[in-house]
Amino acid sequence: MSAAPSYNFAYLDEQTKRMIRRAILKAIAIPGYQVPFASREMPMPYGWGTGGVQVTAAIIGANDVLKVIDQGADDTTNAVSIRAFFAKVARVQTTTHTHAASIIQTRHRIPEKPLHAGQVLVYQVPIPEPLRFLEPRETETRKMHALEEYGLMHVKLYEDIARHGHIATTFAYPVKIEGRYVMDPSPTPKFDNPKMHMSPALQLFGAGREMRIYALPPFTEVVSLDFEDHPFEIQHFDQPCALCAATGVYLDEVILDDQGGHMFVCSDTDNCEERRAQGHRGALAGHRLEAGR
Amino acid sequence: MYVAVKGGEAAIANAHALLADRRRGDRSLPALGIGQIIEQLGLAVDRAMAEGSLYDRELAALAIIQARGDLIEAIFLVRAFRTTLPRFGYSRPIDTGRMLIERRVSATFKDLPGGQVLGPTFDYTHRLLDPEIASGDDVPAPATRDTVPENAPRVTDLLAHEGLIEPDNPLDNAEDTVGDLTREPLQYPLDRDLRLQALARGDEGFLLALGYSTQRGYARSHPFVGEIRIGEVEVEFDVPELGFAVSLGRIRVTECQMVNQFKGSAKVPPQFTRGYGLVFGQSERKAMSMSLCDRALRARELGEDISAPAQDEEFVISHLDNVQATGFVEHLKLPHYVDFQAELDLVRKMRAEQQEAAE
Repeated sequence: MSAAPSYNFAYLDEQTKRMIRRAILKAIAIPGYQVPFASREMPMPYGWGTGGVQVTAAIIGANDVLKVIDQGADDTTNAVSIRAFFAKVARVQTTTHTHAASIIQTRHRIPEKPLHAGQVLVYQVPIPEPLRFLEPRETETRKMHALEEYGLMHVKLYEDIARHGHIATTFAYPVKIEGRYVMDPSPTPKFDNPKMHMSPALQLFGAGREMRIYALPPFTEVVSLDFEDHPFEIQHFDQPCALCAATGVYLDEVILDDQGGHMFVCSDTDNCEERRAQGHRGALAGHRLEAGR
Repeated sequence: MYVAVKGGEAAIANAHALLADRRRGDRSLPALGIGQIIEQLGLAVDRAMAEGSLYDRELAALAIIQARGDLIEAIFLVRAFRTTLPRFGYSRPIDTGRMLIERRVSATFKDLPGGQVLGPTFDYTHRLLDPEIASGDDVPAPATRDTVPENAPRVTDLLAHEGLIEPDNPLDNAEDTVGDLTREPLQYPLDRDLRLQALARGDEGFLLALGYSTQRGYARSHPFVGEIRIGEVEVEFDVPELGFAVSLGRIRVTECQMVNQFKGSAKVPPQFTRGYGLVFGQSERKAMSMSLCDRALRARELGEDISAPAQDEEFVISHLDNVQATGFVEHLKLPHYVDFQAELDLVRKMRAEQQEAAE
């Protein structure tokens, strides 16, 4: 057998990390612009967060504290897997507490608790190109970004309004960065879009399979596309979280039986647990939550 | 109930333990050894090496065992190891004209210098299941030639003497460097060097289907197999400190040179053009498919109409990598609760609106 495989700190070799850091720096310098980078194969499949994992691997240091969420939850299988990966290859401390983390890698959500300066939010991005479903060709979409030609996107949103009376995009809702680049916020629900605006945290976006990195430096203007007579609005839930009674947070619908019974609970598990620890009780709280784990 | 939906660490650990158990199977049967895979499933090893882009038979065989024989999973394992290897330089181009030939066939010439050599091929076997193999048959030693094989120049080099075929485009200038898709992100449109790299590691099945489509009229290119050759070539590496090339060893490759009719265009006189395929190990199917796709993808360069999927560079190159494809297709089984919740909301809202309008 060839020499037994051995791996560098945080899996990637140092040259690769430098290459990714260069891409990140460029991305920070041009907010919202998609920087091509020579994405590597990672030991998890493409589409499962390889872009986010590469960004995290490039920026993580021995003193960082890492939190990983998927769908807002720390205990979703893929989040567990990625957290275990970094605990193994970088031996870093991990946490589920939003405020305690220096790096938060996420898929599909932004934590409810406002991020603070010094934190880095790393998004896993499947399709970084906001125009991709309007124009499948990279050569074309690159040109459209270069010429700031975003008419097609506005036409799409307008057609939604003409047909449905409102914009029928609920996640991966396009945003405009500092009045220049239209950017895909990754498939987060549009509920989270306002959290990106003027965030004191650094936001990095990694798309491994599509080989793109983009970024929002702290305090960047992020505007969700809309029309004067059809202003952007986020989802509202009619009821509070059934466990912690939180309102104004994003909720997951959990089906309870086959009779149409369901409950709504916080998608952000850390926020929900913290609220319950503080004594907040929702309508269905009191269940033994650890059961079934 | 609620927490069970979210899975957890114990579930992952248990699932992996079960996977390891299923991989090992019935413990009363002997476990597979790497040597057995290398020797007896050699073509599977070749495919894992070719699409894994790493020439290492032992690691490829290990990957095949670890992947329970799922070759795309094995390719993925090889790639994920390969990507961590430091790059200390680039070898000299291999010279397939100096290959130690084990198989060499040409469909364009009945006889040619170096002769036709069938080698270890499934061609002309009758595909009848052979129960003797199942009972551990005794295989007699094959016949070997005892003469030194004569020099076998490449068929395309023979044709080139007459100017009937377009010349190879060697890297004449020092500033002509070959790209490296594993180090630089692909930016369309691509040059042929990067396209060939992508094709060489592309999925065999995908390229087979695309190559087949060109034969059925979607970008027909009138191909002839100028030559297929399989054998070992030397890999040489220039060591700057030494000032000369040293041999790193031999690798087995399959090379296919497809010769295609070309009526000429405003830019180029009528002549034969080339489609090229080169694959680690022994894989004629892949090498032939690759050369058909290479030729089809040269449409832009040769001023041909681009009308078929196989000619569409962005379409072909963006979708040929099976590690990327399998990852993204299979990621659909990851939770999407959050997005689905948003869609549920929207559909409910739209249904309510429609109902209101109807009333």
